[in-house]
Amino acid sequence: MSPSAAINQLADDFALFSDWEDKYAYIIDLGKHLRPYPEQYRTDEFKVRGCQSQVWLHPHVEGNTVHFDADSDAVIVRGLIALLMRVYDGATAKEILDTPTDFVRTLGLADHLSQNRANGLAAMLKQIHLYALAVQSRLESASS
Amino acid sequence: MTTTSTYDVHTVRAAFPILQRTVHGGKPLVYLDHAATAQKPQAVLDAIGHYYRTTNSNVHRGAHALSAEATAAFEDARAVIAGYVGAARNEEIVFTSGTTDGLNLLAATVLTSAQPGDEILLTEMEHHANIVPWQMVAQQRGLAIRVVPVRDDGTISVDDVASLLTERTKVFACAHVSNVLGTINPIAEWSALCQANGTRCIVDGAQAIQHCSVDVQALGCDAYVFSAHKLFGPTGFGVLWARYDFLDALPPYRGGGAMIDRVTFSGTTFNAIPMRFEAGTPHIEGAIGTAAAIRWLQEIDTTERIAHEDDLLRHTTAAMTAMDGLTILGTASHKVGIISFVVDGIHASDIGTLLDNMGIAIRAGHHCTQPLHQRFGIDASARASFALTSTREEADMFVEGLAKAIRMLR
Repeated sequence: MSPSAAINQLADDFALFSDWEDKYAYIIDLGKHLRPYPEQYRTDEFKVRGCQSQVWLHPHVEGNTVHFDADSDAVIVRGLIALLMRVYDGATAKEILDTPTDFVRTLGLADHLSQNRANGLAAMLKQIHLYALAVQSRLESASS
Repeated sequence: MTTTSTYDVHTVRAAFPILQRTVHGGKPLVYLDHAATAQKPQAVLDAIGHYYRTTNSNVHRGAHALSAEATAAFEDARAVIAGYVGAARNEEIVFTSGTTDGLNLLAATVLTSAQPGDEILLTEMEHHANIVPWQMVAQQRGLAIRVVPVRDDGTISVDDVASLLTERTKVFACAHVSNVLGTINPIAEWSALCQANGTRCIVDGAQAIQHCSVDVQALGCDAYVFSAHKLFGPTGFGVLWARYDFLDALPPYRGGGAMIDRVTFSGTTFNAIPMRFEAGTPHIEGAIGTAAAIRWLQEIDTTERIAHEDDLLRHTTAAMTAMDGLTILGTASHKVGIISFVVDGIHASDIGTLLDNMGIAIRAGHHCTQPLHQRFGIDASARASFALTSTREEADMFVEGLAKAIRMLR
């Protein structure tokens, strides 16, 4: 699924929630079921600096798509990571760069994003974009 | 509410416009982050507004009416603050930008004649602001840092303090109240040990100033620093009190206007205290707002407001102690209304996020005390902190909200 299709799907899912508790119960559930993070990458090198909780992010390329492993010690952050991975994991670098990051706001998670500046999620979004940028520029310089 | 008290929390609370607001779509704000910053009563807002509407001018300089009035209000604030903490003279009060600034000033000036191998004594419960400035000067001068351990209940043994004070200990820098554990330390006892040992006792009063009745003479320390914003005053303003002879012997810290006597390119002579430490245009409305906060607070019976906060602490602690898998950090019998805690298998930030959505403001993280968290074997904790405006209803909403958050996260 392309990032934009994934965002539309998420928007449909979130439209079903009538209050914050349902929304959070869903995010917490996603967090509990996030795929396991490879332990060899739980190092300072892959740590996204945050104040409130710890976040690890390991981006890598498989073929012509970008993949991510990520984890946090806070389950709500893990749930938000799961949302980000639905959008970005397995996309091409160009697709990632073409996807605006404001979907987190349009999903009604804006309140949380302002906090996430502190707990590392905004930093993670930025890292994903920077990684995609690096991959894309390598592709472009190889083809030129 | 205790039935014997005439303390009316709702009247006190009504003085704070911000406490009337709602958050997250109409939920009443339950503000339990007073350890981070206190809210401001109308009297403080009025004093700052009045200053800017009627008096704004630079102090200590101008030969005109506004400057004279501003200077009078500014120096009146110094007298009010001096009186509030029991300073012997107004000149013992130095205006800073806050606790951190005061501690940096002291760290940079107190140890100028220290020799390599001399020691600085800290406690394990210190805020980073009372660790890092000392580490910086220790590194520059080859000094050693020693640390008094914290016991499991969040207290410190006076015997440990005594045994760690050596003939080389030049400074003992310690918190009056821990910003995590809430413990009220026996500063008078520690000061007496320091005095007998020839060690300067420097006290971080950031957390104590809002809750305790602070009398620097009774405490017997050499210096005491705090931030106005934790005393219902403005941010960006703080106070350093130091004993006159001690302060007067310290060299200048920052250079600039107001701190000089005479400047030539071949050299400069410095102003007397406290001006020697107040380079540049000061935070004039900060001083005026702080004096207004103190005057407002002095209208309230100290014993009754402390008893009210103590009631909230005990009521909430009892309810939390009954919660499964919850551990309170700091169970000293002598503590202020700060409750830090961890819940088995749940990250503090998740608790903070869910409570926030219920309109309840607490703090989650390491609270700038990483060594203390390491000592308890944790990365982070959640912290609820009360003030004289907090109510039993708020305490109950917090406990119910916490139980709900834990249910959602388990």
